[in-house]
Amino acid sequence: MYSEKVMDHFKNPRNVGEIENASGVGTVGNAKCGDIMRIFLDIDDNGIIQDVKFKTFGCGAAVATSSMATELVKGKSIQEALQVTNKAVMEALDGLPPVKVHCSLLAEEAIHAALWDYAEKNGIQIEGLEKPKSDIGEEEEEEDY
Amino acid sequence: MEKEQKMIYLDNAATTKTAPEVVEAMLPYFTEFYGNASTVYEFGAKSKGAISQAREQIAGAIGAKGNEIYFTAGGSESDNWAIKAAAEAYRGKGNHIITSKIEHHAVLHTCQWLEQQGFEVTYLDVDEFGVVKLDELKKAIRPTTILITVMFANNEIGTIEPIAEIGRLAREHGVLFHTDAVQAFGQVPIDVDACNIDMMSASGHKLNGPKGIGFLYIRKGVKIRSFLHGGAQERRRRAGTENVPGIVGFGKATELALADMEGRAARERELRDYMIGRVLKEIPYTRVNGHRTERLPNNVNLCFQFVEGESLLIMLDMKKICASSGSACTSGSLDPSHVLLAIGLPHEIAHGSLRLTLGADTTKEDIDYTIDAIKETVAQLRKMSPLYEDYLKAGKQ
Repeated sequence: MYSEKVMDHFKNPRNVGEIENASGVGTVGNAKCGDIMRIFLDIDDNGIIQDVKFKTFGCGAAVATSSMATELVKGKSIQEALQVTNKAVMEALDGLPPVKVHCSLLAEEAIHAALWDYAEKNGIQIEGLEKPKSDIGEEEEEEDY
Repeated sequence: MEKEQKMIYLDNAATTKTAPEVVEAMLPYFTEFYGNASTVYEFGAKSKGAISQAREQIAGAIGAKGNEIYFTAGGSESDNWAIKAAAEAYRGKGNHIITSKIEHHAVLHTCQWLEQQGFEVTYLDVDEFGVVKLDELKKAIRPTTILITVMFANNEIGTIEPIAEIGRLAREHGVLFHTDAVQAFGQVPIDVDACNIDMMSASGHKLNGPKGIGFLYIRKGVKIRSFLHGGAQERRRRAGTENVPGIVGFGKATELALADMEGRAARERELRDYMIGRVLKEIPYTRVNGHRTERLPNNVNLCFQFVEGESLLIMLDMKKICASSGSACTSGSLDPSHVLLAIGLPHEIAHGSLRLTLGADTTKEDIDYTIDAIKETVAQLRKMSPLYEDYLKAGKQ
């Protein structure tokens, strides 16, 4: 059911772990729906994402999208990281089964949540960043597959 | 070079390997005795004879008569037939059906469909072990109740239901009693008279028989009509040319299951309890789902806190272990198994379930290898689980 890329990122997830005293941490999803993602960002004074780690409770696709999302934002500027959409994550993984699309939304949202946390901690505003929803799963539940 | 790990199949509740003796018994009915059982000539009578022999084998296994066994294409068809046809036949008496919250979807979705047709359905609660609450059943029976359908044993958590008590209550109230025995038939002794069972569904491929064959037991006198209209097969109650090889294989599988039922159950129970014991002892934050003793001999169902079932399954698959889970991701929806929710598990725990169902070939070495693999995998997944991180941090405060 999964592409080779998804399986690769599930079997060998990149950037698993946590960052102590991270510049920003974002947690999204809920355990009720079976997916929780947490992303840690280390952002330097020039606004470059120097390091990124994640922890995920969820299915194979949830782990793979988290892993891919961290790869896509690593070394990027905040503005570049904001361009990493769920579509970009999905494309980089050679697609996801329809029932798993919400996992890629969760990955995008987790990055936004971590950036939001960074902005709040530093009292700054990031252009184009809206307050992330913490609970992606709930509304997805309504979707008819 | 390292020896390649052999596959360990622990999903026998999903399906089983067809026993070589069964295949052998079936083969001549493909290539040699392929005649249609409904024909006049002697050649067709060969098929007819084989069908009636299988019918007797199966009837004998449950204390029924041959003419009360109707072959179908499997468990789902039997469930659909029993419930829909009973609803139709007894509609004059009432429109109320009683079932449980932990039935197989073949029963649940059929009942839900009947609700759309104007029937009323009561879905009985189960206790924390998955046992149907008999006092609730008593209270649920109304003058308009026409059918009680409760499974013999649950496919996910293995709990064996109090079928004799349910049958007695049904009989006392003059209500028809159907049981889905797809998981139980061939595993545990069943006596349709002692349990007052009026209709019972079973399937061949769950007991080392072939796929695509099942039966519905219909007690003599139960007035349900045909579900598939056409030819006069199965005493005019189930049209369609008989699946002779399938029927022969089902008969043989039943014979084999019956011959060694006690011995095999004892072996499986020992392995099952060994597995449960080791897992609970060696992996923290783990629970067993289902009843500890009133349980199918081959069923192990566990929940590992802070991990998600599909991830666990994929990682076990990488270690050549076939198992299943009640997590949302494996059900095709976002909700975890209705059975695990019905026994009162919160969603996040139900997402971390793992079902292992042993088979005739399962060895202690297989079980030890599997436990070690689960241990390693659960630890690995917990290490990357934000829920586990939160739990550990909360504990330290």
